[in-house]
Amino acid sequence: MDLDGDDNDNDIFRDDEDDPQAQLSLLENESSKEYVVYLVDASPKMFSTTCPAEEDDQNGETHFHIAISCISQTLESQIINRSYDQVAICFFNTREKNNLQDLNSVFVFNVPEREFLDRPTARLIKEFYQLEESFSKIIGSQHGIVSGTRENSLYNAIWAAQALLRKGSAKTVDKRILLFTNDDDPFGSIKGAVKSDMTRMTLQRAKDAQDLGISIELLPLSHPDEVFNVSQFYADLIGLEGDDLVDFMPSAGKKLEDMKDQLRKRMFTKRIVKRLKFMIVNGISIELNSYALIRPTVPGAITWLDSVTNHPLKIERTFICVDTGALVEEPTKRFLPYKNQNIIFSMKQLSEIKRVSTGHLHLLGFKPLSCLRDYYNLKPSTFLYPSDEGTDSSMCMFIALHRSMIQLNRFAVAFSGSSSRPQLVALIAQEEVIQSGGQIEPPGMHMIYLPYSDDIRFVEERYSDTSGMVNIASDDQIKKAANLIKRIDLKDFSVCQISNPALQRHYAVLQALALEEDDIPEMKDESLPDEEGLARPGVVRALEEFKTSVYGDNYDEENEPGTEKPTEASKKRKANAEFATKECENYDWGDLADTGKLKDLTVVELKYYLTAHNLPVSGKKEAIISRILTHMAK
Amino acid sequence: MARNKEALLLLLDVGPSMHPALSEIEKVCSMLVHKKLIYSKYDEVGIVLFGTEDTNNELTTEVGGYQHVVVLKNIKVVDGDIVEALQQLPRGTTDGDFLDAVIVGMDVLVKKFGVTNKGKKRVCLITNAQCQIKESDEGTKEEQVTTIAKQMTAHGIKMESIIMRGKLSQDANKGIMDENDRLLNIFSKETSTRLLYVENPISLFGALRTRNIALVTVFRGHLEISPKLSIKVMVYKKTTEEKFPSMKKYSDKAPPNDKFAKHEVKIDYEHKSSKDPDKVVPPDQRIKGYPYGPQIVPISSAEWEAVKFKPEKGVKLMGFTDSSNVFRHHYMKDVYVFLPEPGNTRAMIAVSAVARAMKEMNKVAIVRCVWRQGQANVVIGVLTPNLSDKENIPDSFYLNVLPFAEDVREFQFPSFTNFPASWQPNGQQLEAAANLIKTLDLAPHGQEEVLLPDFTPNPVLERFYRYLELKSKDPDVAVPPLDGTLKKITEPDTDLLLQNKSEIDSFCRSFELKGNPLKKSRRLLGGKRSFSNDEEVKGNITAQPANLTGNASVNVGKIGDLTPVQYFEALISRRDSPDWVVKAINEMKNKIFDLVEDSHEGDNYPKALECLVALRKGCILEQEPEQFNDFLKHLWNFCQEKNLPSFCEYLASKELTLISKTEAIDSENTDDKARKGFLVKSEPKVD
Repeated sequence: MDLDGDDNDNDIFRDDEDDPQAQLSLLENESSKEYVVYLVDASPKMFSTTCPAEEDDQNGETHFHIAISCISQTLESQIINRSYDQVAICFFNTREKNNLQDLNSVFVFNVPEREFLDRPTARLIKEFYQLEESFSKIIGSQHGIVSGTRENSLYNAIWAAQALLRKGSAKTVDKRILLFTNDDDPFGSIKGAVKSDMTRMTLQRAKDAQDLGISIELLPLSHPDEVFNVSQFYADLIGLEGDDLVDFMPSAGKKLEDMKDQLRKRMFTKRIVKRLKFMIVNGISIELNSYALIRPTVPGAITWLDSVTNHPLKIERTFICVDTGALVEEPTKRFLPYKNQNIIFSMKQLSEIKRVSTGHLHLLGFKPLSCLRDYYNLKPSTFLYPSDEGTDSSMCMFIALHRSMIQLNRFAVAFSGSSSRPQLVALIAQEEVIQSGGQIEPPGMHMIYLPYSDDIRFVEERYSDTSGMVNIASDDQIKKAANLIKRIDLKDFSVCQISNPALQRHYAVLQALALEEDDIPEMKDESLPDEEGLARPGVVRALEEFKTSVYGDNYDEENEPGTEKPTEASKKRKANAEFATKECENYDWGDLADTGKLKDLTVVELKYYLTAHNLPVSGKKEAIISRILTHMAK
Repeated sequence: MARNKEALLLLLDVGPSMHPALSEIEKVCSMLVHKKLIYSKYDEVGIVLFGTEDTNNELTTEVGGYQHVVVLKNIKVVDGDIVEALQQLPRGTTDGDFLDAVIVGMDVLVKKFGVTNKGKKRVCLITNAQCQIKESDEGTKEEQVTTIAKQMTAHGIKMESIIMRGKLSQDANKGIMDENDRLLNIFSKETSTRLLYVENPISLFGALRTRNIALVTVFRGHLEISPKLSIKVMVYKKTTEEKFPSMKKYSDKAPPNDKFAKHEVKIDYEHKSSKDPDKVVPPDQRIKGYPYGPQIVPISSAEWEAVKFKPEKGVKLMGFTDSSNVFRHHYMKDVYVFLPEPGNTRAMIAVSAVARAMKEMNKVAIVRCVWRQGQANVVIGVLTPNLSDKENIPDSFYLNVLPFAEDVREFQFPSFTNFPASWQPNGQQLEAAANLIKTLDLAPHGQEEVLLPDFTPNPVLERFYRYLELKSKDPDVAVPPLDGTLKKITEPDTDLLLQNKSEIDSFCRSFELKGNPLKKSRRLLGGKRSFSNDEEVKGNITAQPANLTGNASVNVGKIGDLTPVQYFEALISRRDSPDWVVKAINEMKNKIFDLVEDSHEGDNYPKALECLVALRKGCILEQEPEQFNDFLKHLWNFCQEKNLPSFCEYLASKELTLISKTEAIDSENTDDKARKGFLVKSEPKVD
């Protein structure tokens, strides 16, 4: 059974995100699902190259390509994050049309077995990614705002998007229209009364959509030497007001790659994990929202299927009394043997034990940042940002503390009275970091969960039990090491540079299987060191100098003898390997494989082969046979 | 005999100067025994007190001397007796001589276990070490202590010391304390153990190691700097969340007096076909499916084994980078520690050289870790130097796991500088905030750091173990309130607040208590817009109970008159029952009729139109288009019959239309029909 049979602790220990308070908060106040319509301008202007004369490596980049890339990446992220959000992709200023209302110049892109607005599928991602090559043939590009006929493709596009988003209630779903365009004046070529009339109609259509709870967001694409002028038209369409306008303006001269990055970031919606009240002193508090900026992404949960029908199986769980064999309702009590008796706890009592504080965040004091050791960590941090449900004085207080903590190089120590695990936390003020015109780090505070004394192990002290003298490096050795460090430098390193190779492969395999393709594309493992870089002469020289200063002329780390004797476990392992090798010779493995008789052997017999060839012995018989066959094929 | 069992001897100073701390010492030592009773049942514990009024130890009778030392409990397997003894320590009357206690303790251990260095033997001394030690009969005190320490090592005995200072030792003689500290340091060095100073009760809980966890290597092998250079390392867990002890589900089916009953619950799982509920599918007919968006993709174990990601075991350096490129808040998980291979002097030097160079240059190392062969994923981590300041501990690295690109959610937040002026602190407010930060300093210069994680216990676990002990005596006892010492972890220190009252008051005055609610500006980057906030909803609901029955009262009428749109939106926003939607729609219809009927020369028309627009919006949102369409037609006919054509003209001029199919799927009107139907009705008027 792959299922975790021992779920004693499942009810007691949960992450913040599993906190019932947080979940209640989410259900009451925030949507947990999102419907997005990507409106992509497909006018001829979007297909012209962005900088024809400069930068050879970006010759082929068009604004249309950038928009397609952003959406593709977002769809893939959606799959990996296992989101239930639904998306639709809609082009306007198109030659062909495809939409519910049969509107001109609007083409809703879709693939079989899928509604216009639906969760992304493998086929959608694949065909959308390849769409650019066949776009002109299948969909085509054409100006859709014509004076004489009063055709208004932008009006039609918003109308079509509005129709797509009529699913569901505005109470439970966030509805968004993301508009990609590089034309800041869509009615610029129109003159006179017709222009103002079409402008007014379009703005009214946008306002109607917004009144229905749909937000319209603009993702402008601009040329390096030209500013996208939001004030020209779109400020009115998306409802920008004075202060917000400044925030929104993309700066001129922005690189294309950065523009793509910024567009992708803006497409995300912030999800509040939990609301917190931060108690400062004397009853004064600040309302905060917490966000999960960093969380491990794991492959989706396994669904067991019937291998014959491929239908999902239902899992039934029954509780059985060991003493009487009777069926039991889900037990509400736990017990623990202690001093020759069973101490019984009810769930209520266990919850009461954990209620050591209110659910708020209580400020205890401040410490220098140097007191925050590198080993004070247990799980991902949580980002805190002031809630817009506070007051201007609480916002003022937060900003004052935030700025002062940065200036004084202090962090706050607080107690978080979460009902799942009450916790001492460190609050670190994060200054806003902006690079290449984009926000790398948002301003706010990061809440880091501190370990208790029981959570910290004193490994270094225990280490000294097993060794004698301790050696410290000499100044010369340190200098050689410093030189080596300079040579193997990752400039501008960022955690966003490395994709998870296991995750990428997982989803590549699933996509290929879902589309019934024969080949699985080869994935590049970005987490491997740069072997070319390590082979450069400067690096090799620094390496040799360091090696000589520490190991002398006889570097032989592979055979360096440790003082430890072979452990009983390793002796046993070696004996098992020898025994398996001997037993292995009794079988003609090649013949057994060729005649398909491997499955007639027992698991123990099969494991002789695995042990003899130093292969893993885990897994079911089927997996073991597969491993043997794979190994023999080499 | 369990292989990892430990013999622990507690040496407790109960002299007069220790009395204020004895209640905490009782608690922390009891906690230690509680945990042994759960996790290490075969461990042995003994208790030796010194500074006592009387004397009771074998050395006194054998060789004389060693006064005021009592062997309270000789070493034996842990049981309830040890807990009882620790919870009622006698208060001593004499200044304690810890050296006498150490010698007596060693004597107890040697007599019990003989002259062998097998097994784990630990002495734990708790004292304030501020009392004079008697002069030695042979040589200096240092020489005597060194001799005793070497004998301890020969017998495999380790000695830990916890020295309580702070308020306890304000009046003590500094010279004596310094001498005692030097003596205790000899024990610590010779037996390779910790010497800890604690200044407050909370730290005492964290200082005494209450549980021994066997160290297991996560990885043992090469830290590969390049294919041509590797350093032999061992990797261990540095932090791991300590959880509640495992508890089993309890079954009360068996009779209470059945002394052989286990009262355990077993859990059975069955996989059943979703189409045939009675058919159980055996394991060999099951296959795994993984989600890909809305699809579940089946894949057999053999197929998965063939195509899945198979990284090669090893730890490889990817490169070095500035520490500013790795943010503290990117640390993802428990922390590991990288130590050079024991006994490998060159590995030790290599680690030391790289660690010290990294420290000097403010660099960190980025490494790729695959801990085990067959592991299905890769860990990207950051190595930070951990330089040792002790001569028996080598330099090492800490490893923190970093996120991958997929793990980072790059949300955008507004800059603080773009906020309106009333949200920005002025100079005086900034100064007040800075003063508060300096005032609530938990790590003042020259004093012990308060709430140091290494010494701060988990208040929940502490409370659990105490409750466990209470329950073992009285099964029906209630959960006790949180202990006063533990409360200092969950709440601000009241002493600290009182000492700095003026700065705190100044801070509070700087930020006015009743500020204005933040403007509910529309969010640019998505997010739901609410038609009213919760408080308005509550206000309206509580004010309208009489209206639920459909009977209008004077008060209800007034509120309705004042803000009918707000009222309508509040009602329609209630989610607990769909009846509210119907009530809200009907109420709004009545309101519109009243407004039109009671109008004089069209003065109510704008309000009526406002209500109509709100009703239209609400019907679209609630997917009730026919409610609005039928009502609008009815209203139109009503106005025609009642000779109120001016309202019809007013509606026509405002271009209010029926709800069309594109706006609500249930509507029967196409866009054209919605528009045309209205125009047709206005044509007869023209005629």
